[in-house]
Amino acid sequence: MRREPPRNAADYAPIVFPGAMLVIFFVIPFSIMLAVSFFRRNPAGFYSPDFVFDNYARFLSPFFGSVLGFSLLLAILVAIICVAVSVPFTVLLTRASRRAQTLWLVALLSVLSLSEVIIGFSWSTLLSRTAGITNLFVAIGLMEAPRALLPGFGAVLTGMVYQALPYTILILYPAIVRLDPTLMEAARTLGASPTRAFFNVVIPALRNTIVATLIMVFVFALGSYLLPQILGRPRHWTLSVLITDQAILQSNMPFAAAMAVFLVLISLALVGLTVMAGGRREA
Amino acid sequence: MSGLELRDVTKRFGTFTAVDSINLNVPDGTFVCLLGPSGCGKTTLLRMIAGLEEPTDGSIVIDGQDMTPVPTHKRNLGMVFQSLALFPHLDVGENIAYPLRIRGIDSVKQRARVDELLELIHLSGYADRGISQLSGGQRQRVAIARALALSPKLFLLDEPLSALDAKLREAMQVELRQLQQQLGITTIVVTHDQREAMTMADLVVVMGEARIRQAAAPVEIYRQPADAFVADFIGSTNLLDFRTDGAGRLEVLGGVIAGLQAPDGLGQGRISIRPEDVHIASPGEGHAGTVTFVRDLGGTIETFVNIGGTTIVAVTTPRDRTGIKAGDPVGVVFPPEACVVLAR
Amino acid sequence: MAGRILQHVFLGLVGLFLAMPLIVVAGVSVNEKKSLTFPPDGLSLAWYGELFTDPGWRGALVASLLLAAFAAALAVIIALPLAYFLWRRIAPWANVFRLLGVAPFILPPVITALGFLSFWATAGIYGQPVTAVISHAIFFVTLPLVTISLGFTTIDRALLEAAATMGADDRTIVRTIILPLIVPYIISGYAFAFVLSLNEYIIAYMTVGFTVETLPIKVFNALRYGYTPTMASASVVFVLLAALVFGLIARFGDIRRLLGAMRSEG
Repeated sequence: MRREPPRNAADYAPIVFPGAMLVIFFVIPFSIMLAVSFFRRNPAGFYSPDFVFDNYARFLSPFFGSVLGFSLLLAILVAIICVAVSVPFTVLLTRASRRAQTLWLVALLSVLSLSEVIIGFSWSTLLSRTAGITNLFVAIGLMEAPRALLPGFGAVLTGMVYQALPYTILILYPAIVRLDPTLMEAARTLGASPTRAFFNVVIPALRNTIVATLIMVFVFALGSYLLPQILGRPRHWTLSVLITDQAILQSNMPFAAAMAVFLVLISLALVGLTVMAGGRREA
Repeated sequence: MSGLELRDVTKRFGTFTAVDSINLNVPDGTFVCLLGPSGCGKTTLLRMIAGLEEPTDGSIVIDGQDMTPVPTHKRNLGMVFQSLALFPHLDVGENIAYPLRIRGIDSVKQRARVDELLELIHLSGYADRGISQLSGGQRQRVAIARALALSPKLFLLDEPLSALDAKLREAMQVELRQLQQQLGITTIVVTHDQREAMTMADLVVVMGEARIRQAAAPVEIYRQPADAFVADFIGSTNLLDFRTDGAGRLEVLGGVIAGLQAPDGLGQGRISIRPEDVHIASPGEGHAGTVTFVRDLGGTIETFVNIGGTTIVAVTTPRDRTGIKAGDPVGVVFPPEACVVLAR
Repeated sequence: MAGRILQHVFLGLVGLFLAMPLIVVAGVSVNEKKSLTFPPDGLSLAWYGELFTDPGWRGALVASLLLAAFAAALAVIIALPLAYFLWRRIAPWANVFRLLGVAPFILPPVITALGFLSFWATAGIYGQPVTAVISHAIFFVTLPLVTISLGFTTIDRALLEAAATMGADDRTIVRTIILPLIVPYIISGYAFAFVLSLNEYIIAYMTVGFTVETLPIKVFNALRYGYTPTMASASVVFVLLAALVFGLIARFGDIRRLLGAMRSEG
């Protein structure tokens, strides 16, 4: 069974069904969304076909500008915090026993797979007045009375870091697990302390990985659509929330589609940057 | 009857020629070793015989039938791979029974054949073991038994013993040869180890740079190498440039080897003489030289002699231990009957 | 020595951060009264009972399980032949489909969700349960595609050549060698897609949000229109389910390798 180019119809057969499914249910929906972003909103139904730039023109409003600015800032902040915690964490994780690694990975995957709804609900409970962490502080005498820690920016940020942290660790894991362990040892034999070896050897060796991870986590955080709603106030809403809101509650599909296209462009540009960072690493 | 015939078999990968118009006739029941340095095309040739590579040119005839267009699975051959390629999801018995199973042979007959083969390879009672529970030598035997399960016409082995340690490898060489003689099956082994080839083969095919350099019995390959490449690759040898004088006598290292004649028309070339044929004599006899180093290995003694800037190696047994040491002047005699005259 | 302790403290803090909300939710879920207090007021498993007896919650649970089961199966059915083709054939153009299989997972989910919304609305079958199954299958096809592709790369091609020399044609090789070796990776891919589909909210919401209530949709609605400890018990059940599935993968497969560690040994 040699690996060779497909020659006859039977050779092409395996790719027909997957190819058709991906084209019909991913490429076409995407194209429709692109088309809808130029349509006009129809208050009676969904939208009516047209070719206008009105939906994109609305981006120029100060309201949209502030939402976009906030979304980007929030995602950057989440990405930085997650990577700052995850790099040392993953380095330590890869040096744990095989069994411990497996346990951690199962736990991380379990948290990663959690619905945003459940994450939002859990943190809203943890930060609430009645069931929250402040009750614990009261119990050990740190606080006078329990109080609610949400809604607020801190709650949104915490929830999003929680959501993105397992993702960050699992992206870093393959790169760090392949990092030559003798690198650290070599640095140690040359007299570097573990901390110095970490900053002088591990971090530079992982520079491109870290950049790529920052971007991946940034895009991931940009996609968060429920946590800002559950844990924040309307002024903490992000682009993703706005898209959902416009599409479902305001029934303005054309505007939602235009924002989605815009979000795709940002994401694609950043994924492109990641690929370039990866390409440089291999060069 | 011919077991295997190769006619002008050629394989090119792009502009690179891996196998260059090979012609070979292997009589039925012969044990052949394809021998050569890595990259000489021997594995590619074996894979073409198996149908795993398509020849660019030429044809492969097995048992009188042109097999060139026949796909691997219809060629009725057994093959042992370098990695052994034992199926990790099957146990020993299932691995050996695989070719029987996919032909729908009933399970009682499968079982009987597996037991028979396990006995043949001295692993009776191992049928239910997992592959990972076996030692290297045992895996080797299972791979051989599996390849022989259908009593194929042709038995191919690609560097089959390379993963084993030296001692086990030597034992397996003998075992493989005995097995082949017992079954009388045409067998082709690819190897880069000339000792392995000498141990097992009826016919050694030395390959170099995509071509057959010589195909002959092991002793003939050793005693009568066809060219300098073969002489150098098989065992160790002294390769010396020569010129002929007016009388057709060979002049080597500034002296004439008495009794040795060059073939007609060959003005210059090389002679090959094995170290064990070089005779160390007293100064004044043969070529004059100086001993530079003596390596006494206990079983054999290697004496290095410098003759006018060229180093000659002579090997003797301890029976002839002469007490010669580095710095001693000696005479070196090249017996004419041991010299092989080669064109350049 | 101090460094080692510090390292353990760091690992412990990250673990605590990850576990804390789940501990609180677990605590809330065993409240005796219908209130969300922590530490719990009394001890009762009644809210777990309600998850299975209350028609609304049970319906949502069943809907989620069905959606996840069918969507993951369809994702595998799409991914398996695609991964096989990419591995078996030399066809650089086919990598476009690998990219298409991975794209939905990398882009923000809202975008994919919106694409499906416009597609199903245009197709005129908006709100049908089958639309959610197909949408989830496409959205999560990345997971079986990645695990199965990884599985194919672990197959030594000499095994296939060996089978051919023993008389197996291509079809027999697929049936007797390739499939048995790839099955663990198919199961992992299915399990990953199943668990993530179970938890997925936005695509389910945008495709069938008005006709079918999956558990995440139900929890979200409860979050907006009236808290009940049942949502906590539902969350706990989901976390345990995920841990169980991934635990099984780790027990019977090699989770470290699936997640990118090149060598499987210690």
